[in-house]
Amino acid sequence: MIQHFEEIFQQKIDKEIKIEPKDWMPDAYRKTNLRQISQHAHSEIVGMLPEGNWITRAPSLKRKAILLAKVQDEAGHGLYLYSAAETLGMSRDEMISDLHSGKAKYSSIFNYPTITWADMGAIGWLVDGAAILNQVMLTRTSYGPYSRALVRICKEESFHQRQGFEILLVLSRGTEEQKAMCQDAINRWWWPSLMMFGPKDSESTNSDQSMKWKIKRKTNDELRQNFVDMIAEQVKILGMHLPDDDLLWNETTKHYDFGAINWEEFWQVVKGNGPCNKQRLEARRKAHEDGQWVREAASAYAEKKRAMEKIKAA
Amino acid sequence: MRQYFIQKFYYGDIPEEKSGGSNYEVKADESTWPLWEIFIRSKQGLDHKHVGSLHAADAQMAIENARDVYTRRMEGVSIWAVESKYIIASNPDEAGELYEPAMDKVYRHPTFYDLPDEVKHM
Repeated sequence: MIQHFEEIFQQKIDKEIKIEPKDWMPDAYRKTNLRQISQHAHSEIVGMLPEGNWITRAPSLKRKAILLAKVQDEAGHGLYLYSAAETLGMSRDEMISDLHSGKAKYSSIFNYPTITWADMGAIGWLVDGAAILNQVMLTRTSYGPYSRALVRICKEESFHQRQGFEILLVLSRGTEEQKAMCQDAINRWWWPSLMMFGPKDSESTNSDQSMKWKIKRKTNDELRQNFVDMIAEQVKILGMHLPDDDLLWNETTKHYDFGAINWEEFWQVVKGNGPCNKQRLEARRKAHEDGQWVREAASAYAEKKRAMEKIKAA
Repeated sequence: MRQYFIQKFYYGDIPEEKSGGSNYEVKADESTWPLWEIFIRSKQGLDHKHVGSLHAADAQMAIENARDVYTRRMEGVSIWAVESKYIIASNPDEAGELYEPAMDKVYRHPTFYDLPDEVKHM
């Protein structure tokens, strides 16, 4: 019987029919989506922290307002994604608990520190640029609520990358110190950005169920190559360079070749040993705990209003 | 039942067993705010369209949160919020029977009728 359901399910996927919350789906499909969407949501929320660090220090009122709007967008994106994940049967509280206990992961990139203003530019250009490639692909994912959330996110996200590039562009045309700051930020964010796409395809031994179910439509290496090709051209406009001596246009493949990624570093950061893992989780927990009384007060107020309405009606 | 083990570590899909972990205890929220479905009219003259859902303690907060979450770029001129538990949905498993009555009535579509080309604007 289950096998029959699975066949019908796969036929729908093959015909590009989206899967909706109340449709039958294999357990592993539900779990994979739940894990992926909730991790994506956590990434948006934790991703607010490295940038939040610079809201009060942005160099002008205009930059402050832009950064504030961008961080507010990330909060919104987190909410779209939590809502999509909730349709798979896990409560918001459980997801938040899993994040705070360290059980659920978020993108490792947010465990790196933002030490200069140029980092805001590099994050917008490189980190958001990498995320956008992934997210544009995911707008065509097979799970309806995830796909719809991504369409909304992609619409809003394009300003993020452009504003980041513009920050670097201004620095790249500034004083010697500003130029150096720009190059330094690119040096520090380049490799972690490449790691965002995940391990090399060849390191995965199993059959690729996520592709078969069309949760994903491109492999890690394909997306990473797209990213390298795009950034290697854009960096020229900044008059800067990427910190990779092996980066070279390959006339045969029509792609850029690039150097080896330090996967040891990647796994160390995933396992909690990155520069800011502890700090990020502590900031999240503190925000949650400090907000406890606000959530309780709002509930109590809503309860009281309901009681008043009942008395009025009676 | 067949078991799938998905181990491909895509971006945003790091397996949980690789986690650093911690002993942090999370207290369950006793007062979880209910879920609301949000509908937005993008401009006068158009229907309200479902845009997503959010949590809020009461109706007023649902409207205010919906404004912040779904209309940051002037996407709407009117918001409806309905507590999710009041939405009645048809069952996808019964879609066959439910929509069956319309299946054999192609004559309800204008394209069913073959008219000479001389008849214009019909």
